[in-house]
Amino acid sequence: MQPERHDIELSVNGTTCRRTVESRILLSDFLRHDLGLAGTHVGCEHGACGACTILFDGAPIRSCLMLAVQANGHELSTVEGLAGNDGELHPIQQAMHDHHGLQCGYCTPGILMTMTAYLKQNPQPSEHEVREALSGNLCRCTGYQNVVDAMLAAAQTLRAAP
Amino acid sequence: MTTRFFGAPVKRNEDRKLLTGQALFIDDVELPGMQHAAFLRSQVAHARIKGIDVSRALQRPGVTAVYTANDLGAYWRPGPLLVPPPPIPGSVFNERTQVPLAKDKVRHVGEPLAIVVADSRYIAEDALDDIVVDLEILPAVVDCEGALNTATHVHDDLGSNISAHVRQTKGDYRRAAANAHLILKRRFLYEHGISSPIETRGVVAQWDARGAQMTIWDTTQAPVFVRNGLAAILGLGERQVRVIAPFIGGGFGPKIMMFYPEEVMLPWISMRLNRPVKWIEDRLEHFFSTTHERGQIHDAEIALAADGRILGIKDVFLHDAGAYAPYGLTVPINSQCTLLGPYVVPDYDSTFTAVFTNLPIVTPYRGAGRQHGVFVMERFLDLAAHELKIDPAEIRRRNLIPPDAFPYKNEIIYQDFQPLVYDSGNYEPVLDKALELIGYDHFIRDEQPRLRAEGRCVGIAVACYVEGTGIGPYEGAKVQIQSNGKVNVATGIGTQGQGHFTSFAQIVADELGVDVTDVDIVTGDTDQFYWGAGTFASRGAVVAGTAVSEASRAVRKKALKLASDAFECSEEDLVLADGQVAITGIPGKFIRLGDLARRANPMRGAVAPGTEPGLESTQYFGPSMGATSNGVHAAIIEVDPQTFDVEVLKYVVVHDCGTVINPMILAGQIHGGVAQGIGNAFYEKLSFDEQGQLLNASLADYLLPTALEVPRMELDHTVTPSPLNPLGMKGAGEAGAIPVGPLFAQAIEDALDLKRQEVELLEIPLSPSRLFELTRKARNA
Repeated sequence: MQPERHDIELSVNGTTCRRTVESRILLSDFLRHDLGLAGTHVGCEHGACGACTILFDGAPIRSCLMLAVQANGHELSTVEGLAGNDGELHPIQQAMHDHHGLQCGYCTPGILMTMTAYLKQNPQPSEHEVREALSGNLCRCTGYQNVVDAMLAAAQTLRAAP
Repeated sequence: MTTRFFGAPVKRNEDRKLLTGQALFIDDVELPGMQHAAFLRSQVAHARIKGIDVSRALQRPGVTAVYTANDLGAYWRPGPLLVPPPPIPGSVFNERTQVPLAKDKVRHVGEPLAIVVADSRYIAEDALDDIVVDLEILPAVVDCEGALNTATHVHDDLGSNISAHVRQTKGDYRRAAANAHLILKRRFLYEHGISSPIETRGVVAQWDARGAQMTIWDTTQAPVFVRNGLAAILGLGERQVRVIAPFIGGGFGPKIMMFYPEEVMLPWISMRLNRPVKWIEDRLEHFFSTTHERGQIHDAEIALAADGRILGIKDVFLHDAGAYAPYGLTVPINSQCTLLGPYVVPDYDSTFTAVFTNLPIVTPYRGAGRQHGVFVMERFLDLAAHELKIDPAEIRRRNLIPPDAFPYKNEIIYQDFQPLVYDSGNYEPVLDKALELIGYDHFIRDEQPRLRAEGRCVGIAVACYVEGTGIGPYEGAKVQIQSNGKVNVATGIGTQGQGHFTSFAQIVADELGVDVTDVDIVTGDTDQFYWGAGTFASRGAVVAGTAVSEASRAVRKKALKLASDAFECSEEDLVLADGQVAITGIPGKFIRLGDLARRANPMRGAVAPGTEPGLESTQYFGPSMGATSNGVHAAIIEVDPQTFDVEVLKYVVVHDCGTVINPMILAGQIHGGVAQGIGNAFYEKLSFDEQGQLLNASLADYLLPTALEVPRMELDHTVTPSPLNPLGMKGAGEAGAIPVGPLFAQAIEDALDLKRQEVELLEIPLSPSRLFELTRKARNA
């Protein structure tokens, strides 16, 4: 039996992509292996760890819990699109670097995407609010403290930005 | 050497790649024509294999090959014993190691039975369902005690389930017991969980038939050993095999367990098919195909004088080794040795029996058995403090090894085969600092009574530990100044987030007068650096760091010599800074390091006899024994008396790991260790049923602590340099994780005033439901 295939067209980090995909291909696998955007990491494939978080029309979602076909016609952002074209780090990336918010760095792309969306929604969070927002992203290295500090600092930078 | 960078909180070189999604992790390796593998794993814990029929799987479109143990011929053999038992007289050790694919029997859930190779992982997994396995299911051995009293044997030929039996003694415990004012006897249960790195394991193997070269990308902490072992297993020379440990998404121990079935199978398949093959572990597989640490049962007694001084300890414990024991005795030996902690224990008698069970393999996970021992000692001190009416912090203080007693000999053998000797230490100031930071006296005198009067259940705890770190055998490093002025450093260890790209660069930068960002570190590529052991036992910074320092120093000498020849001046007149060698006091008279490197490799003329081309040096360092770090954790917690949920109100870590390369990276190691310790103490429990099935094999059910469970920590440290290496360093990788279990038990007991209810918390992990059960009897009474 030939697997069912679909033509899809979507925007990823501002670039339009057209591909033909099998219906069952996970969005995470599609991004990583079809589009070569391997910065989106896969940690559990059951929506628990948050490593594969991307922005789907601006909202954070777990790309392991969606199929590639469901992204047809939508706008996606991944970690590869965060830094400026000149290589300048996004304030959230810069804050993670400044505060040693990453060790092995595997969960980091998911944290960056989750918090990019969150800090837009809540530009002046308390520490507890940051911790709540982070609680869907598992990190096994940092104990979160430096990530929390990085996010509080990033929020401040983003508020000050024009 | 100036110390501009050594000791400074330098931001990490590796961050940019990781933050922008450009770091190469194992599943990012894409090769033309690559095949994808999936393993058929046993769904039962113990069974005889009657037959495996793969014919339907082979017919599925897109499937390239399917292999079972019978296809492997002479390649099928048990894996090597990674660490032989230490030379302890009278020890029993029954060597049984894992196999590439199960042949006659399966011995734990998840043991691989067959491997499918296909055009995609999706198709490979489809084909797993096509395989028919005929099993005769056997009773499963799932607990340590039961394992010793059953006719069911994990390894039929052994006639028992005993994996090992070891006794170590110091002094004579009978003497201690005879002189004791108080003897306490208890049974302690301690289970450590699984390391659960967010990146699972993976292997990519690529055989190049034309070049007769094998390249293996592997999520391993020990690429050099994997290279050597796989070359031997594959019948290749070591130079024909290149193992690359790329960026690795956390390791914590289990990624050093070598010659996992997948590591052995993938290269063999790649040779047979002459195609690259990839296997990436999924999270479900990770729960039983990556090694665990798990449990021990300690029946122990402590003999004390009336003033709370420890006279002796006797401990008999069982250790769950799992179905195979490829890592030898490292975990239970660590438990046995680390139990002694920072305390004077004149008489010690410790015996353990490691048992085979039908559960996944046990190998070291961050702490590596140290937690189990520390729990026994720290809980005993709490119990003794209560019995003798001595403050828990005070009883610890009275037993600390005094600063003039170092090097302190414990008279037993450690995991590195050396006598257990603490190289250096000054323990009391660490305890003092921790008590001060947590506000110990103030809390007990003022805060706790006030909060209790408000009906709040708050408690305090303090726990001490030592950590054997920085063990041998050795590591090496090659430091090379390149023509572009950048310094390249290669070392044989792997890296899984420890910041080696920065901490090693700091050492080099100071020595060679360059910026940290001008030093490129390569770890985990056996073609870049041939020799080494690996990243484990908190040894990377200590052992490889020292080699990096020695090699940098040698390169510095070469650079100065070459420049002094070029300038026809004395080396004393030269200064190495800002990426150049300059003559002191003569502005504009300098030569850049890159130019110097080019001069060291001339096109014409002669390189003088006795000198080598280039500005490079390879140096090795092997410490005579491990360096012992120590620390104290203290916490104030609150327990909800209705739900038994625990909130940490304050958490303090004071530690001493000798001289510090990068305090920012060190703090990160401690934070992460504590987070894993909290998971172990209160959230993470592997729940097996009597058939050996893991009931909570998902991250929705096996609870890793989130940002809401891990508190803010306050850190401080003291510095007692190690005499065992020139820089005075000790390891710190496991320090955060070790004493959290007893700390939680002590704090919860205090918060709920459990002593008054005669409830003792003698087990880890605890949880709200477990606390409910343990206190129910008291409530009903």
